[in-house]
Amino acid sequence: MASEGTEKKTRREFLNFILGGGFTALFGAVFYPVLRFVMPPAKSEAFGGSVSAARIGELPPNSGKIFPLGESPGLLVHTAEGEYKAFSAVCTHLSCTVQYRPDLGHIWCACHNGHYDLTGKNVAGPPPRPLTEYPVTLSGDNVIVSPSRGA
Amino acid sequence: MAGRKMTSLLKDAAKANGLVVALVGALLLQAEADDTCLECHLQLEDNLQAPALQIQTDVHYQRGISCAGCHGGDPSEVDPDSSMSPSKGFVGSPKPRQIPSFCARCHSDVEYMKHYNPKLPTDQLAQYKTSVHGKRLAKGDTQVATCISCHGVHGILRPTDTRSSVFKTNIPKTCAGCHADKKHMAPYRIHTNQYSDYLQSVHGKLLLEKKELSAAACTDCHGNHGASPPGLSDVAGACGECHPSNRDLFEKSPHKEPFQKARLPQCVACHGNHKVLPPSDEFLGVSGEAVCIHCHKAGSKGYEVSAAFKTLLDSLKTATEEARQLVKKAEVAGVKVGLTKFDLRACEDAIVRSRSELHSFNLADFRALVQDGMAKAERVKKASLLSLEDLEIRRKGLIFSAVLILFLCIGLWLKIRKLDRRQ
Amino acid sequence: MRLFPSLYGWVSERLDVTPLVYLVKKKSVPAHRHSLWYYTGGMTLFFFGVQVATGILLLLYYRPSAEAAYESVQFIMTEVKFGWLIRSLHSWSANLMIGAIFVHMFSAFFMKAYRKPRELTWFSGAFLLFLSLAFGFSGYLLPWNKLAYFATKVGTDIASQVPVLGHSILVFLRGGEEVSGATLTRFFGFHVAILPAAATFLLLLHLLLVQVQGMSVPPALEKNPNAKSIPFFPNFLLRDLLGWLLALLLLVVLASIFPWELGEKADPLAPAPAGIKPEWYFVFMFQTLKLLPAEIWFIPGELAGIAAFTLGGVLLFLVPLLDKNPTGRWGRWISRLGWMVAAYIVAFTILGYLWPAAK
Repeated sequence: MASEGTEKKTRREFLNFILGGGFTALFGAVFYPVLRFVMPPAKSEAFGGSVSAARIGELPPNSGKIFPLGESPGLLVHTAEGEYKAFSAVCTHLSCTVQYRPDLGHIWCACHNGHYDLTGKNVAGPPPRPLTEYPVTLSGDNVIVSPSRGA
Repeated sequence: MAGRKMTSLLKDAAKANGLVVALVGALLLQAEADDTCLECHLQLEDNLQAPALQIQTDVHYQRGISCAGCHGGDPSEVDPDSSMSPSKGFVGSPKPRQIPSFCARCHSDVEYMKHYNPKLPTDQLAQYKTSVHGKRLAKGDTQVATCISCHGVHGILRPTDTRSSVFKTNIPKTCAGCHADKKHMAPYRIHTNQYSDYLQSVHGKLLLEKKELSAAACTDCHGNHGASPPGLSDVAGACGECHPSNRDLFEKSPHKEPFQKARLPQCVACHGNHKVLPPSDEFLGVSGEAVCIHCHKAGSKGYEVSAAFKTLLDSLKTATEEARQLVKKAEVAGVKVGLTKFDLRACEDAIVRSRSELHSFNLADFRALVQDGMAKAERVKKASLLSLEDLEIRRKGLIFSAVLILFLCIGLWLKIRKLDRRQ
Repeated sequence: MRLFPSLYGWVSERLDVTPLVYLVKKKSVPAHRHSLWYYTGGMTLFFFGVQVATGILLLLYYRPSAEAAYESVQFIMTEVKFGWLIRSLHSWSANLMIGAIFVHMFSAFFMKAYRKPRELTWFSGAFLLFLSLAFGFSGYLLPWNKLAYFATKVGTDIASQVPVLGHSILVFLRGGEEVSGATLTRFFGFHVAILPAAATFLLLLHLLLVQVQGMSVPPALEKNPNAKSIPFFPNFLLRDLLGWLLALLLLVVLASIFPWELGEKADPLAPAPAGIKPEWYFVFMFQTLKLLPAEIWFIPGELAGIAAFTLGGVLLFLVPLLDKNPTGRWGRWISRLGWMVAAYIVAFTILGYLWPAAK
């Protein structure tokens, strides 16, 4: 009788132990994601109107770089004179991605040999319109492009 | 502005000869007080009044050149006999044949034109003499276009004025005024369907419907003052002004010489002239719409190359479409796509580029470009599939939690049963 | 109490908690063959809790503007750790909550739990049902995707059918003539401020009434002399807990097998895609309006439909006042009517999904 009672008791204790452990685990499984969620990710916000296109020093003078600008690509140019300029990298002809040509010193589209000068103006080839230019600001280590502020 | 001009005119008028201007009427107000041409003609009727009304908006008049500037005579004389006397240099209205040189008295005078617009070309007459219109006029054909046919007579506007008959979007209609007129064109035995063709063309649609001012109008290929049909071997030059990469590729292509020999008009041979339809990928290949097989008959090497071009382009298009669908699927599912979207743009660029590159008609170059694009599409597909795998990882994590919960449910159920039994 | 005697002592020296302890100890829940339905309320409460928790978390990153809403939800789902989970849970739990509410409402209806003295509980519950539908309608638009955009357009358009005030209601809902960023900001305001405030108040009232009056027993079992009951603590509470765990299990399984999609960003200028449907809990109404003839007698069909549903809502609300003699003939007729309404809702919902997408 006594041994049966203790057996029952241990069984009950075992169940309580399992349940306690299980609920602790569930608690963890719920709160771990919540804690991770509230800590901001590395990229701390969705595209909010301005974007860091490059780090200062990343681009030597007379070179360019394509960077993501929300849904579409942007082109950051570090001119031979040392100035930073940013444009929409979408060619106004057939929406190819344009690039900076160091040998020409201006912007060029490979698809149909379209040329733009460093104010974004279409100067040769099929492009019908200039590229949109975006304001650039230098902030700390970063070259910040802000399309929302308007050129 | 207008008000100020009016008051200054009023002052001038009062100063010059003390006319009581207010009584003369609104139209007279605008006439220079010493311009008797306008004073009289405004009071005349119909044909004699019209020029005086039209000139008000004329660019020449606004820059200080009034009737006498072209027609001669003395606008300070009140007596018509004396103001319009040949002795005062009055020349009346020029005959059609005289018009080009009539306008050129000023417009070909480089020194003179500098006073008005130093940038304005002064070679219009020289150009005109090389045009079909000019040549025929020299032979005595007075039905052809002269300066005034396009620019108008007394109400000439700047070409940059959107109301001008030679403003870009108005050019096709201006040319069509004669060239679409069957009766007018009958003696020359040329077609009159250029305008209607142009309206259907990619250029016409862009210019007239989308108001895309960079799209070609008649004058962009034919010239304006020197208007003539481009020669057979000049076609690529004309088209190449706006489509330079295709021109350069064509000039170097194996088609250049045979086209010349066969008297085929370069670009026009495949794309048409006035009715340049949006190019279709069906131009390639060997199907019914294909243009290559007009010359390259079945069994020839060219026929196979045409088919190969089409197959390559199609495979790039298919690969890009598959890549696009995968990227979209990943995006709609809400997994991280990141820069893959930009790689997808590179595939789309490759399609556009290969459509241009094919004008080299060099299969090896074309294949290299297409394969480069295909490799990019393949990378995009792989990256998207990798992103989509995130879904699987999420799923596994959740299944693990589900098992834990299920386990707890069973435990709890046992506990409840035990509790119930105790009571 | 056994676990933390010193804490209990500390608190009770400062605040007399014995009535509360007494209530918990004494409270019992009737046990009979229909008592399973008692858990539907707790289930709804659980989903509501999930909604509050996940909703507050989403608020940390969500941006209510036409330019940034879609992008911020995309950001939550792709960049924020476990963001996809929180968002998927919020969406699924919303749907399950509405489902649970319907089951809870119908079970209370058929068990005639609205009988005197529980009329106030019914009124507050009916109000909570309407609030939940408003929660669903306003929340659906917030991710600013294509389907949500057009569903909102169609949904708000129906409001304009109301005579005289229709246009004003439409403009009020949309914050302008069209569904735009202004609508989004507005719906966001409804969804996270106005509706939660109203729902919290009504929910507290609803729960208080249940505690004060206890569970209602169906009329047929009320007179039973051998009526059994189980203690609330721990027996009933543990069962409730089991129910919640099962609900959580269902949520997790749904969220893993059918992760909630982000969709395509809304483009107000794009043509409406074919086969727009509202959320499933509106489908029976939507389908009815679609099938009504253009004119019924002299009233426009759609208007008649809206009037009928409004009347239905009012009647539902007033059930406790209409059903004066629940066990009598009239009461049985009301139950039968309830079955018909339930069958109608199920049938038209199914019909709505089977109906060909193209009009």
